[in-house]
Amino acid sequence: MLIPHPLLGLRDAQEFTYLGDASLMDRPDPTLDNAETAFCDYVFMRDNPAGVHRELWFHEQGDRSWLVVTRNTITHEILGAELAKDLKLNRKDAQ
Amino acid sequence: MSRLQGGHIDRNAPLNFSFNGQCYQGYQGDTLASALLANDVQLMGRSFKYHRPRGVFSAGSEEPNAMVELRSGARKEPNTRVTVTELFEGLEAQSQNHIGPLNRDLLAVNDLFAPFFAAGFYYKTFMWPRAFWEKLYEPVIRSAAGLGRLSMEADPDSYDRGFLHCDVLIIGGGAAGLAAALTAARAGAQVLLADEDFQFGGRLSSESHTLDGASASEWVGQTLAELDALPNVKLMTRTTVFGAYDHGVFGAVERVSDHLATPGEGVRQTLWRITAKRTVLAAGATERHIPFANNDRPGIMLAGAMRSYANRWAVSPTRSDADAVAIFANNDDGHLTALDLMAKGVNVLGVIDPREDAPRLGNYDLFAGGVVSGTKGRLGLKSIQITKNGQSQWHDCGALGVSGGWNPNIHLSSHHRGRPVWDESILAFVPGKDGPAGLIPAGAANGQGSTAAALAGGKAAAQEALGDLGLAIRDVVLPEAEDAEIAQAAFWHVPGKGRAWVDFQNDVTVKDIDLAHKENMRPVEHLKRWTTLGMATDQGKTANISALAVMAELTEKSIPETGTTMFRPPYTGVSLGVLGGGDTGSNFRPRRLTPTHHWAAGLGAEFVEVGPWMRAQYFPKDGESHWRETVDREVLAVRSGVGLCDVTTLGKVDVQGADAGEFLNRLYANMIATLPVGKVRYGLMLREDGHAYDDGTCARLAEDHYVVTTTTANAGPVYRNMEFAHQCLWPELDVQMISTTDAWAQVAVAGPNSRALLERIVDDLDLSNEAFPFMGCAELTICGGLRARLFRISFSGELAYELAVPARYGHALMQRLMDLGQDLGVTPYGTETLGVLRIEKGHAAGAELNGQTTPTMLGMDRMVSKKKDSIGAIMSRREGLSENTRRLIGLKPVDPDAPVVAGSHLFAKGAAQDTHSDQGWITSACFSPHLGCHIGLGYLENGDTRLGEIITAANPLEGQEMQLEVVSAHFVDPEGGRLRD
Repeated sequence: MLIPHPLLGLRDAQEFTYLGDASLMDRPDPTLDNAETAFCDYVFMRDNPAGVHRELWFHEQGDRSWLVVTRNTITHEILGAELAKDLKLNRKDAQ
Repeated sequence: MSRLQGGHIDRNAPLNFSFNGQCYQGYQGDTLASALLANDVQLMGRSFKYHRPRGVFSAGSEEPNAMVELRSGARKEPNTRVTVTELFEGLEAQSQNHIGPLNRDLLAVNDLFAPFFAAGFYYKTFMWPRAFWEKLYEPVIRSAAGLGRLSMEADPDSYDRGFLHCDVLIIGGGAAGLAAALTAARAGAQVLLADEDFQFGGRLSSESHTLDGASASEWVGQTLAELDALPNVKLMTRTTVFGAYDHGVFGAVERVSDHLATPGEGVRQTLWRITAKRTVLAAGATERHIPFANNDRPGIMLAGAMRSYANRWAVSPTRSDADAVAIFANNDDGHLTALDLMAKGVNVLGVIDPREDAPRLGNYDLFAGGVVSGTKGRLGLKSIQITKNGQSQWHDCGALGVSGGWNPNIHLSSHHRGRPVWDESILAFVPGKDGPAGLIPAGAANGQGSTAAALAGGKAAAQEALGDLGLAIRDVVLPEAEDAEIAQAAFWHVPGKGRAWVDFQNDVTVKDIDLAHKENMRPVEHLKRWTTLGMATDQGKTANISALAVMAELTEKSIPETGTTMFRPPYTGVSLGVLGGGDTGSNFRPRRLTPTHHWAAGLGAEFVEVGPWMRAQYFPKDGESHWRETVDREVLAVRSGVGLCDVTTLGKVDVQGADAGEFLNRLYANMIATLPVGKVRYGLMLREDGHAYDDGTCARLAEDHYVVTTTTANAGPVYRNMEFAHQCLWPELDVQMISTTDAWAQVAVAGPNSRALLERIVDDLDLSNEAFPFMGCAELTICGGLRARLFRISFSGELAYELAVPARYGHALMQRLMDLGQDLGVTPYGTETLGVLRIEKGHAAGAELNGQTTPTMLGMDRMVSKKKDSIGAIMSRREGLSENTRRLIGLKPVDPDAPVVAGSHLFAKGAAQDTHSDQGWITSACFSPHLGCHIGLGYLENGDTRLGEIITAANPLEGQEMQLEVVSAHFVDPEGGRLRD
């Protein structure tokens, strides 16, 4: 597979380490009353869609960026790749 | 010898070879198949199940029958198709799957029991009695199963791998592929043309068709010469593109030296990973046959293959020139075989064609409306029965060519769930539109069967690719070629009583499909698994569509309604050796050497693999006869003098930024932000699920600068997680980090004399206990100006330091410390001693932090700070984890001479030993020279309250059972005075 790195262009997937569902970026607030339940969901529960999936890839043999890659798990078509850091900062700014 | 005139063989280059010990001669350009046929050898093997005599059936990689054990000794390769084996001087081959001589195979008795070996035989027969399976059925089946035998020796050859990139990959170098290559190459595209054959031309080499009125080989030669001269074209023969992978990546195997007796100094095969922007699939087509009674005899082959042998290899398919050849075809193309054979002077009996209106294309006898309904000849075809208008008649016949039409080689187009589409006009599946992105089928692979259509299809596909790539198209004038329409009847098999083979390799007949239908195994997926149709080395290339047609007839549905054939990589078999790409033995993965590796090797150290690293395990001295003797000496030397150990492999991460302390607070379970500058603190990392993950030290070199260490094994993953925590969770924190594991050589200087030794090299740092206490750290210079970092930390429990210098000074530092420390008893030590020292001190390591243990079990639950959030903190307090009662304890044998074995399970004394009564396990064990007996660490239920109790350790794998006393994990200096003074 080839991953379109936002800074480096098309890179071979072998340069990356795969982590999984991008929902791992949404770590629960540990001060919530139901924090333990929220963390249980965060750690153990994942959607496993046949289709479009947003997932985390680490450019370990490259520039060490964490990317959020949007991939169709049926066709392996890659619909986009963004820097996780930018996504997270934008989301925090929006809050 | 049944050699004909002409052909693409070099009659000036004769080659000697042997088959089943008999010596023969062939020519350069022959395959083993053509050379055997030229020597009148029709019988080449035995079938899988019934051990029926079999001969060559095809002339290409689809061959189901004629497989041999090629070569001898370690290079013996079973199940090698003779049709793709190039002849070389001295080639040795043996037939396979028979007991006794090939022509009198004892297992042929299976054929008499054929009624018992029907579809689903294994599933029905070996079900009971249950006890028979292991003792009787499995051994018998195993000894009878398989075809060829492995050499059972290591593969002596080497393999390689490579990467190729191109604009247009063209798979197949026949008419369509060459036209595509020419079109793409002249437009300036980077072109890669690959063909599995050892020469380009595809069917053009096998047909008598002309191009522009001349022999096709002239045009092929001109085209190849032009392509070869272009710098933007790479031509690869003997290269099978076996799979389509994501995003235009293709796998290919180049058989670099399989056509030579041995690879010599070179590699045998190369695995290529090809990245192509566009791909033209011009893989041609495979002829199908027509099942009829006893259609599997040697001498019966595909009509197109017969044409290949005659035209390309100048070989007649018969054993004797006097024998006649018959053709059984449901299409016009099959008739061409009769014409070509007659042109070569072969005696043709006639063409049998089930079509009432079959054309007569030449001066041969035509049996229009007739079928072949039976054959005779046990070891080779002797006669055929032709049935016409209800009348049957036997005719002497030495070879029979069969053609049931052609199937486009759509395989790669369906590797990405691409569904083939049934084309009623050519009675075949063609590539669908939903195959791999960027793959354009062309020529016969796309159902464009005539030479003119294939040429035009190849050109059009290349033009489409050029258009996609935005390259200007230059016109290519194609040669004038035959353009016969595909004319054939939907005639799929000859009904009758005898067994009619559909899949030769797996011995599946029309009756088996009928039985599968009766037993309701009707979907093609069930049919395949019930009958084994389409399995094994040929993957049913000549069988699948015929089987589908028979099933369609039985279910009274159309073929596309009945099912389609889908394909997965590889297109043809790929050896495991080449998939390894040469990464075997010491090349399996890179080995990392520490900065002091050569210094340690010079001292005669033994090395051990630790993750990717090679580390010194121990340093034997002259006269030491056992590793324990060495390790005991090293341990005592550290505890009484001073020892040196390279600890570079521990991961080091440099963390800087205004928020570095806050960031580390969120990563480590304990407080890091409050650490004063110039101090080091133990740090425990948890996984987000609350289990212990990794540990190490955090040293604060400046307000905004920390250096943290990880275990050797987790150096990569911990750094990855730190980047994750920063980039994905808390990007607003002002922090940057980099792994510096390789940048710094780090040496542990441990033992009561360590301070005295270090005082001899530090430039101007006061090492007194007051000025530089336990858990202190500093940046300093040593040896007259060398930049260094010093950490007063101890894994051994002794007064100890770790000293880091830029990696390139590691070797010199070790040498300097050795030279200056002789009078202090300086002793190098390795990982074994490191392990003994830490077990004696009760420090947890990899065996204790195995991913299943919690801070509570480690006795570190109070370390998980409640004043702050950190990864894993919340989950570490959940019920299942916090209530775990197992605790890290020390263990000492009651009998001081008894061993302690890591991995043993712990039980209360006298208790039954099962999973319910299991109370824990021993994580680490060693002989302690300090205590003079074996000791261990382990997890024991409520272990912290059971000190002094005698328990049982069981190691049933080796029948061991030991009585152990539960003690504190700190065997040495439990108060910690030594490391603080």
